[in-house]
Amino acid sequence: MSTGQSDNEIISLVLHGNQQAYAGLVDRYQNYVFTLALRITKNREDAEEVAQDSFIKAYRALADFRGGSKFSTWLYTIVNNTGITFLRKKKLDIQSLDNESVFAMANNRDSGVNADIVEQKSRQSMVNKAIALLAPDDAEVITLFYQAEQSLEEIAGILGIETNTAKVRLHRARTRLKEKMEKHFAQEVKEIYQ
Amino acid sequence: MANESRNSGNDTGGMNDRLWEYIDGNGNAPERSAIEELLQSNAEWKSRYHELLELNKLMQSGELEAPSLRFTKNVMEKIVMHHIAPATKSYINKKVIWGLGIFFITLFVGFLVYGLGQIDWNDTSGNNFGEKLTNINVNKFFSNTWVNVFMMINVMLGLFLLDNYFSNKRKAFRNEPF
Repeated sequence: MSTGQSDNEIISLVLHGNQQAYAGLVDRYQNYVFTLALRITKNREDAEEVAQDSFIKAYRALADFRGGSKFSTWLYTIVNNTGITFLRKKKLDIQSLDNESVFAMANNRDSGVNADIVEQKSRQSMVNKAIALLAPDDAEVITLFYQAEQSLEEIAGILGIETNTAKVRLHRARTRLKEKMEKHFAQEVKEIYQ
Repeated sequence: MANESRNSGNDTGGMNDRLWEYIDGNGNAPERSAIEELLQSNAEWKSRYHELLELNKLMQSGELEAPSLRFTKNVMEKIVMHHIAPATKSYINKKVIWGLGIFFITLFVGFLVYGLGQIDWNDTSGNNFGEKLTNINVNKFFSNTWVNVFMMINVMLGLFLLDNYFSNKRKAFRNEPF
């Protein structure tokens, strides 16, 4: 359908009336958008809702995308704004979720597969669990930098902050992630450091 | 002195920040060579660098979460009910924005000039500029018939715009797909 086409080519098709071509963009970015939404909402159901709303908003505003930045950067700005609005509406407590019950919840999500999981898989899962324990602000900046591969300038644009502030936030988030990992996955972290 | 404490490795936050900068490939050449020197001579720096490097690799290997299998279908089913909105630049007239800007700046400058014009700069009884400002007779200005007419026109325009805004909202609500 639209595999192999660049983002701008797909956007051009959609703007010329080929609505179904938009599925190509949704397929391409759904995991990124969903992960980012999950970092903000901390809940899979809410993340799915935020991710869907973000794609719909992006579709409706597609004529405003002028290609000055990457489509992904523009899309993540929409996800960030939609996520924040969603949290405000739900009046969720967006404080750090550093408590044992949440930790247990994060652990249970993958229970049953721990026994025979390959080492790499297990480490990736550990990172995701540790990121899930961070405050949404920290989790979001780490996801944007490492998983969505956005530069500090792009992250600054997405979050509406200065580049230097984005850099400080990233340093702070990484330090907190390290602390979480050392606290909750002490044994695994010890093995990694050796 | 500050440099000494930075290099000694006692400032953990500073050490972390400098090492992250180094790992990210940022920082100028002298800073990078200073860190390389520390990594060779200071065991604490070396051990922390190793930890951060491993953490960096771990974060790079972090997996993306996946939504439900029907995600794309769900989005496309909802999108069928929507239309792409016209580009903002097509309905926001820059001339109107500039006109409004110029109008308000002129209004502000007008008030300022009128107010400052009322101050008697030769009067030495109050040396303080603030005191002089409080002597401006605002009532005299606002009791002026022309100003009252101007204000009334503005209020009417405001009501007209408000009515327009609400009727547009009503129309949009009616056209919104369910």
